[in-house]
This record gives sequence, C-alpha cells and structure tokens, in this order.
Amino acid sequence: MTTTYAVLSEGLEKRFGAVHALRGLDLAVARGTVCGLLGPNGAGKTTAVRLLTTLLRPDAGSARVAGLDLVRDAAAVRRRIGVTGQDTSIDGDLTGRENLRLFARLHRARDIAARADELLDRFGLAEAADRPASTWSGGMRRRLDLAVSLVRRPEVLFLDEPTTGLDPAGRGLIWEVVRELTGEGTTVLLTTQYLEEADQLADDIALVDRGRVAHTGSPAELKALVGAHAEVVVADGATLTAAAGVLDRLTGSRPSLDRERLAVGAVTRDPTLTLPHLVRTLDAAGVPLVDASLRPPTLDDVFLRLTEPPADPAALSHNDDKERAA
Amino acid sequence: MSTLAYDGTAMLGRQLRRARNNPGLLILTQSMPVSMLLFFGYVFGSALAVPGSEYRSFLVPGLLVATAAGGVMTGMFQSAQDVHRGVTDRFRTLPMSRAAVPAGQAVADVLVTAAGAVPFLLVGLAVGWRVEGGALAAAGAFALLLLFRFACVWAGIYLGLLTRNEEAAGQLGGATFLLPLLSSAYIPTAGLPDGVRTAAEWNPISAVATALRDLFGNAPVPEGAAWPMAHPVAGSLAWCAVLLAVFVPLAVRQYAKGER
Repeated sequence: MTTTYAVLSEGLEKRFGAVHALRGLDLAVARGTVCGLLGPNGAGKTTAVRLLTTLLRPDAGSARVAGLDLVRDAAAVRRRIGVTGQDTSIDGDLTGRENLRLFARLHRARDIAARADELLDRFGLAEAADRPASTWSGGMRRRLDLAVSLVRRPEVLFLDEPTTGLDPAGRGLIWEVVRELTGEGTTVLLTTQYLEEADQLADDIALVDRGRVAHTGSPAELKALVGAHAEVVVADGATLTAAAGVLDRLTGSRPSLDRERLAVGAVTRDPTLTLPHLVRTLDAAGVPLVDASLRPPTLDDVFLRLTEPPADPAALSHNDDKERAA
Repeated sequence: MSTLAYDGTAMLGRQLRRARNNPGLLILTQSMPVSMLLFFGYVFGSALAVPGSEYRSFLVPGLLVATAAGGVMTGMFQSAQDVHRGVTDRFRTLPMSRAAVPAGQAVADVLVTAAGAVPFLLVGLAVGWRVEGGALAAAGAFALLLLFRFACVWAGIYLGLLTRNEEAAGQLGGATFLLPLLSSAYIPTAGLPDGVRTAAEWNPISAVATALRDLFGNAPVPEGAAWPMAHPVAGSLAWCAVLLAVFVPLAVRQYAKGER
C-alpha cells in the first residue's frame, strides 16, 4: 500500500464538542497525482487537512501519509509534507526573504539563501523581497505562503483553498506550480470551492459532504455520473409541452420547463444521444426550434446533484464557523 | 537536544529580526519605565521617605524588576499573536523540536530586554542612581534580573498559548501592570497593613527588587520581612526556580498539544 498511495485514510472521525466534523472519512490518493477535495462550507475539508497534516489528532480511524502512520510517526510525516493552510500563516514582521530563509532552515534545506532567491523569483516576489511581509498585498502574501511550503520539495503537499482571494494571474501561477510539482513526483491534496480549479488540476475528485466522502472519481467520471444536459428553446409557447414530451422520451428523465424563456431542459445519461438526432426528432414533431444545445455537465451540476443541500442554513453557518476555528 | 539547539537558534534569530524590523514597539515598551521613573521619582517621591536610601536610588531597581515582570505580558502577547496569525500552526507542521519555539522566544526576549534596559539605566544615572556596591555584586544583580525576566516570559508564553487570542492576551496582559503595585517595587513594605504587607512580601517582585537593591548597594535588606524578602538572593532564586519548574513544562506541552 505504501508504494501506491501517498494518502490513505480509513474511517477518520473528529468531533468538536457537539459538532461531528468528520464522520468516517475514507480517502485514497495515488502517488504523484492531484486529488481535489470538493465540498460546501462546513463539509469537513479543512478538518480533514488539519488531521492529515498532524495538527489534529483523530478521535477514531487511521491514516497513512507518505506511507507513515499519522499518529505514531507524526514526526516523520512532518518531514515529508508541505502545508499551506486556508489562512495565510507567514510572519508579517519578517521580510519575504527572511520568511523563506527561516522556514528553509527549519526544514533543514540545503543552500538556504539560494533556495530562497529561487522561490522569490519563481513566485514573482523578488522585487518586494526585503520589505516586511505585513506591507504586502494579500495575493503576494498568499504566494509567499505557498513558496514557504516548498522550501524543501515535499513528498505530499496539502493546499487548503490555495487560490482563494487571488486574482486570475495569481491563480494561474499557482496552477502552473502545482502541475510542475506533480511532474516532479509530488502528490498534491487540495481543497477548493472553485469547481473550475478542481476540473483543471485534479486527477481525482473526492466530493466531501457532511464529514464523509460522498463520491470519488476523475472529473470525467463524475460528470458521466450526472449525464449531459440537453436544452432547447422553442419559438412558440404552445409547442413547449410537445418539446418536453420529446425530451422526456429521448433522455429518459423528467424535463424542466422555463416558460419565460420558452426553454425545456433535461439531463440525459444516454451517451449515444447526439445533437443532430435531438434536433431532427423535434423538427419531425413539428416543434419550431430557436436554439438547441447538448452540453457536458459542469462540475457545478455534479456538485449540486451529488451533495445534499443543507437542511438548515443556521446549522451550516455554525459548522462553517467551527471549521474555521479549527 | 541538538535539534533543540539548532531549531531554537533559528527561532531566536527570527525573534531578533522581528525586533530589529519593528523598533517602534521596543521604544514604546522602554519609554514606559523611563516616564514612570520621572513621575514616581519627582512627583510621588517628594512625599515618600525611604529608610536608609534616596527614593530615586530605591526606585531604579524596583522599576527594573517591575519591567522584567512585564515579560508575562510580552510573552503572552507574542505567543497569542503567533497562534492567532497561524504561524504557530505552521511551526507545528514542521519537523522541528517541540520546545524550540517557546525556548527561542524566551531567550530572544531576554536579550532584547537586556538591550532595552540600557537607555533606562542611563536615565537612572542621570537622576542620581549609582552602583554603590562591588562590580561582582552588580553583575550578579543583572544576572538575577534577567533570570527573573526569563521565568516571567515562560509564564507569559504558556498563558498566550492557552488564550490563543491576541486581544484577550492584550487585556489580560494589561492586568500584569498591577502586580508591581502590590510589592516593594515602588514603596517599602514595612508601612503596609498586616495582610497586605504579607501578600506584598511574598510577591516574587519584592524578593527580586530587594535583592537588586542589596547587590547594587542602594538600600539595606529591611528588618522583619517575610522569608523571601529577608533572604532576597536565595528568595529570588527560589521564586525563579518555582516559576520555571511550573511554566516551562506547561508551555512546551501546550505548544506540542495544540488543540489536538
């Protein structure tokens, strides 16, 4: 197992008082891949990361990180991981260069000064390097935070919402760095609320919902689970019902009607359904079409379909607070 | 132990760089005892008579010790700030000695305090305070002062890790300002009402202040005081030993434990 999986957890549980943050988290991340933990606020993503990075001790269950037991070999695990938490955690009273050198020293990196310079260049921070980090912009601090996690190339890198609050250029830079690292063999576990990010970066996605992994799979597999989305817009409102009948027959699922836009949509799991076939069938049924589309589902569709909506918004925000505090 | 030395040195470097990058804070904390020396020495002092000593010569060692006791506040604020800013968590995910973070902070604080005491002592000399005893005894007085500061910082580090909250630490830390008021830092204890006098004389600040006055030759050890004040050097060492024995393990354990 140790050679195959960089992260392997079984039945991880964590409670904070009355809040059951993790209820048996099973996770398997293959070496050299990027796994995206995707889930709503309060799902337990941050708690999972804090457990797997030795910051919290599980109440039940077990996990191996880089082949080492998380609780018994915590010190050895720390030698093999890099962590960038949800909140920036660098020393604002030190300059960027001083931060990198300090953490490089603590990580027992070689050529500390050279490594710091290299990372400052790589993350576009060289110009501000000798100003206290507290005077930097949020995006720059975020980049420094990630750079600090890389002072010594980690075997497993944990990123908790690494691009939250970054502009598109900053986000692009971080995506690039993650791809580079996996190219060199680093395993990355990242949490994100940005579906696009998971789609772009992750080899596998674990949908986390209420402290458990609800589904896992590649982005394509998860989308296949939900099916393609067919939508047509008709010219005449009187034909809306007829169009819905055709869609019902072709897709095998109940269509939804939008009377204002004169649109009918339905999710299909039939992979043989094509747009020309859809258009021809509707045309033969005498439906005057204005627009027709058959698009693959987005991760948004997956997300909404496969995770339950929160029963009570108050409970969710409470959970969210707890997760943030933790 | 070698990892503790290595990581501790790195953490010491961190704290010293922070102090250098942020000199305003140091100037602010050091201006406090200077202004108190001037206020107490020239305003209240005119109404105070200290047996066997000039009041300002009595006050300088007292203020040195009161400032050292402020290490509780400084230690608390710094460690709570690190927790609050997430820096402590980052250290906790690193393969480093669990004692290095608090130890580096405590040693750095003592060095910064020693440097910060220089301007205060210059003002002290300007208002008439002198080392009236031997050089060796004076060196002992400074060593005792820094040992006391070291012990106070450890107490502060533990409390800061416990409160985890910068603001709470700031509020609670402000209360440490009151500690020297119930001690012999600013006034002789002999004239205090019985119960208050006992409390003041068992205050560690009293033992250390009395020891400094004795070693500097500024004022004699008062007759009939409680044991730590009547034997001020032994009393001070005992108090420092107790504080360190209690708070070093507590702080290291609290750091390693986090919120696990």
